[in-house]
Amino acid sequence: MEENTKNNVAQPVIDSKIPEGPIAEKWTNYKAHQKLVNPANKRRLDIIVVGTGLAGASAAATLGEMGFKVLNFCIQDSPRRAHSIAAQGGINAAKNYQNDGDSVYRLFYDTVKGGDYRAREANVYRLAEVSNNIIDQCVAQGVPFAREYGGLLANRSFGGAQVSRTFYAKGQTGQQLLLGAYSSLNRQIKMGNVKSFNRYEMHDVVIIDGRARGIIAKNLVTGKLERFAAHAVVIATGGYGNTYFLSTNAMACNVSAAMACYRKGAYFANPAYVQIHPTCIPRHGDKQSKLTLMSESLRNDGRIWVPKNIEDAKRLQAGQIKGSDIPEEERDYYLERRYPAFGNLVPRDVASRAAKERCDKGYGVNNTGQAVFLDFSEAINRLGIDVVRQRYGNLFDMYEEITDVNPGELANTINGVNYYNPMMIYPAIHYTMGGIWVDYELQTSIKGLFAIGECNFSDHGANRLGASALMQGLADGYFVLPYTIQNYLSDQITVPRFSTDLPEFEEAEERVQANLDHLMNIKGARSVDSIHKELGNIMWDYVGMARTKQSLETALEKIKALREEFETNLFVPGTQEGMNIELDKAFRLRDFITMGELIAYDALNRQESCGGHFREEHQTEEGEAKRDDENYFYVSCWKYNDDDTKAPSLIKEPLHYEAIKVQTRNYKN
Amino acid sequence: METNINVKLKIWRQANPQAKGEFVTYELHDIPTDTSFLETLDILNEQLIEQGEEPVAFDHDCREGICGMCSLYINGHPHGPATGATTCQLYMRRFHDGETITVEPWRSAAFPVIKDLMVNRNAFDQIQQAGGYVSFNTGGAQDANAIPISKVDADEAMDSATCIGCGACVAACKNGSAMLFVSAKVSQFALLPQGKAEAKRRVKAMLSKMDELGFGNCTNTGACAAECPKNIKLSNIARLNREFICAKCAD
Amino acid sequence: MWLFKSSVGRKVVMSVTGLFLILFLTFHALMNAVAVYSLDAYEAVCEFLGANWYALLGTAVLAAGFVIHIIYAFILTLQNRSARGNDRYAVTARPKSVEWASQNMLVLGIIVLCFLVLHLFQFWAKMQLPEIMGEYPTTGEQALEAVFSQPWVCIVYLIGFCAIWFHITHGFWSAFQSIGVNNDKWINRWKCIGWWWATIVMLLFAVEVIALTGKFAWGWECVGAC
Repeated sequence: MEENTKNNVAQPVIDSKIPEGPIAEKWTNYKAHQKLVNPANKRRLDIIVVGTGLAGASAAATLGEMGFKVLNFCIQDSPRRAHSIAAQGGINAAKNYQNDGDSVYRLFYDTVKGGDYRAREANVYRLAEVSNNIIDQCVAQGVPFAREYGGLLANRSFGGAQVSRTFYAKGQTGQQLLLGAYSSLNRQIKMGNVKSFNRYEMHDVVIIDGRARGIIAKNLVTGKLERFAAHAVVIATGGYGNTYFLSTNAMACNVSAAMACYRKGAYFANPAYVQIHPTCIPRHGDKQSKLTLMSESLRNDGRIWVPKNIEDAKRLQAGQIKGSDIPEEERDYYLERRYPAFGNLVPRDVASRAAKERCDKGYGVNNTGQAVFLDFSEAINRLGIDVVRQRYGNLFDMYEEITDVNPGELANTINGVNYYNPMMIYPAIHYTMGGIWVDYELQTSIKGLFAIGECNFSDHGANRLGASALMQGLADGYFVLPYTIQNYLSDQITVPRFSTDLPEFEEAEERVQANLDHLMNIKGARSVDSIHKELGNIMWDYVGMARTKQSLETALEKIKALREEFETNLFVPGTQEGMNIELDKAFRLRDFITMGELIAYDALNRQESCGGHFREEHQTEEGEAKRDDENYFYVSCWKYNDDDTKAPSLIKEPLHYEAIKVQTRNYKN
Repeated sequence: METNINVKLKIWRQANPQAKGEFVTYELHDIPTDTSFLETLDILNEQLIEQGEEPVAFDHDCREGICGMCSLYINGHPHGPATGATTCQLYMRRFHDGETITVEPWRSAAFPVIKDLMVNRNAFDQIQQAGGYVSFNTGGAQDANAIPISKVDADEAMDSATCIGCGACVAACKNGSAMLFVSAKVSQFALLPQGKAEAKRRVKAMLSKMDELGFGNCTNTGACAAECPKNIKLSNIARLNREFICAKCAD
Repeated sequence: MWLFKSSVGRKVVMSVTGLFLILFLTFHALMNAVAVYSLDAYEAVCEFLGANWYALLGTAVLAAGFVIHIIYAFILTLQNRSARGNDRYAVTARPKSVEWASQNMLVLGIIVLCFLVLHLFQFWAKMQLPEIMGEYPTTGEQALEAVFSQPWVCIVYLIGFCAIWFHITHGFWSAFQSIGVNNDKWINRWKCIGWWWATIVMLLFAVEVIALTGKFAWGWECVGAC
């Protein structure tokens, strides 16, 4: 890579390969001029796709349709179980079916603004551009989106937008979209273009002559390491939310595949941008294994509040009164108060911080003081319980199953006004905007290694809007990567298939094996989960919703000590023969620790507040995030330095905005 | 209100597919009733690891009732005693102090045990691969609003598509039949215009794959629908029968 | 042939033969009612259904219906047991909406089969069979008297009717489900129709058996006297 010597520091120059031309023509231009691979040659090229979520499954299926030979890996027992399935609310597209003034430009603009002006403009525009194709694609696959009585598609509103552009399938949009992608994938598996490996976990990426040429994966059932070779490797392994132990991510979500790429030289971009979702069920005891998300769609009709009087809050915390005992005029609908234009539909980062602000001031409403109310009384009184249940019935049931409280139940009548049980919610780690750095072609800094979906960093900037994750995953998998990967593969057509006996494979497998042996041989006293919980607490307390220089430095120290504890006092029962779930978890925890450190390094470096990254030193008088565009208008790319214990080095990819004027985010008016 | 209870867990332990399994009973103390059932298993596993023993292997992932990964046959019910919920959505307040809870894997010839409570449900993938899709290539779609679909049909297709493929229907069925699972997918496509073009081919392929994989014959006991965590309805099976009979008669 | 090879096909066969048998039972019950009303009229019916070609054809079809239904029941059960796997659940519980009958159709069917064998031995072997063999058959009234003069027969028959009642309450709607003539609305309708049908037909049989036992064992003059 080319070196420059600006600021007397040798830094590789980041080439994001953004095509020439005005923003609206970049993707068209790219496609018109990119190199393609002819059908006969496609058959001779193998592609590994790791992951079967929206991005992975759609990419594997589409590459298979094109005629490439695809090896597709999934950690669960079936591709259909990837965590994309849990997305509830919906998927955005600029169809403007509601005639409310939506357009590709507006979706692009909302996404860039929602991301607090830290996304790469060209990528976001492309995302908005292909968003419409995704809806067409999914409908053709038989995805049963919600419809109006006239037979056309229905829409709902989501945070950060003033139009209704979110397509949905009840509260299970992720499930339906994933099953759509899974069905296309199944077709390709049947046709023999895709070979599917279930209950396999990628443990390392194999680099030959500077290009990604294969992976080492563990068969989780037999416990054996296996080698797979291909002309290109695509990772679609999701985000790193589980670094915080408690998150809305599934239990198997992990960052090991991304960390393997990072250790092999792929840059990790913007790790500090972690999304904290405002509407999750609050934590209870220390036995909790995960946090449950209540869909953002609830904010369409639900109103968020805490008591106006601190005394009421104290009595709520002591369990002396219930939320429904507090009449309308004593309630502080703080989002509507602070952000009149967007009200309860402000972006997630804003809503989360506002909740934290109220709770920090002592207005929290449950016994831990870490919860706010989400209330449907007004909606039920306006629309009737039947309509409200039709919209959110499954979410109400889910809430009741977990908390034993039914939000649709009439709890009190004060001065003739009916009050229903409010839900209690609190922010929780949900999504990670940061990820493996990729260029416009979704290629990482390692040639032949691509990253798509939540796993990469590109489209959401510092904060993701609701219903955009599904859009990005499917855009990458169906409509972007299948094009851009050909630009890379076009000069690989003469490269014959690789043997997995090459020394590079040998060496990679040996290193993974040595790591596994080491984990088995520590023979200390602590379980994986006990250490992971400790990591989670450090992350939440010091690298969570509000960060300071001091908290981040403390976090780095504590993580260092925790790594030491992990390396010397871990206990993994059983053997490496057959399935060993503790060993698998230990393998992942090692990477979570490194990831935790990386988040803290990035958060420490970024001395501004933007989107999901909030530094207490950098806020306005009203407590809003204060960006520093002069000094931090860049993507932080972190480069691994040979060893987990060494600090990574920072490389900056400056951002260039042509189409949008960078300004302060305003959701007030 | 949250209280703590003591329970005994009688759990099926089996080292590998070939090994002979057996029940082992474990005692757990002071479990808060706000704890989910899987978190209780987590607590048990922590306890086992502390004693240097291997933890109980069980499938689980999203823990919010949508991925279909969790299984477990608890006290005679797939996904436990709660209706319309998966095991991961089951909370300890459903059990009483001192109760012995029997936990078994799905038992069906088509779902062999991998380890302890974990079974291999690959047969479901194979059925889907046989024809559970609309054959068209990415990029070839027309505008999403080009074909209006009645809300009634779309909603019904959505109800069928809600199936999470967990296998509770097979586990609940005394015949080990997978009809509810197959019918849910067939119904989804049968109800939508997009699925019509290859409806006949689909239903024949999926059904013959189902038969080939050794699932039992449906005798309409309805246990599948009664235990389904997503309330997939029996009428789907009638639709599957209808689609299949019509397809065969049209041959 | 899909009726033999596919699971749905096999169920169609069960369904069609089952519906046919339900139809037969209905006629059987109506025909018996004749005996309770007038033994002379009953005799006429018996003669009409002697060993002539249409009665023999009917008998053959009926027998085939029974045999196929029974053979398929055993085949399906064997397949279903092997699909269940080798390990059984230690604890099982029946969900509320699942009918007891639906899970015990084979047991019920075997009880019905035993009853059928007895019934054939008592009537068919004395009436149509001798006629086919060229021997002189017993008349309807003689056969009825020989059988129902023994009160235990009444008890056994009532048990048999109970088994058939259970068998049909599930079998009726299940048959429509298996041939795909069902949906969310009709499932309860079929269940309701099936329940009433089974109840009416079985009550009719029960009344007939009790009446005939009354006549031949206890001397109720009025039965069959018209």
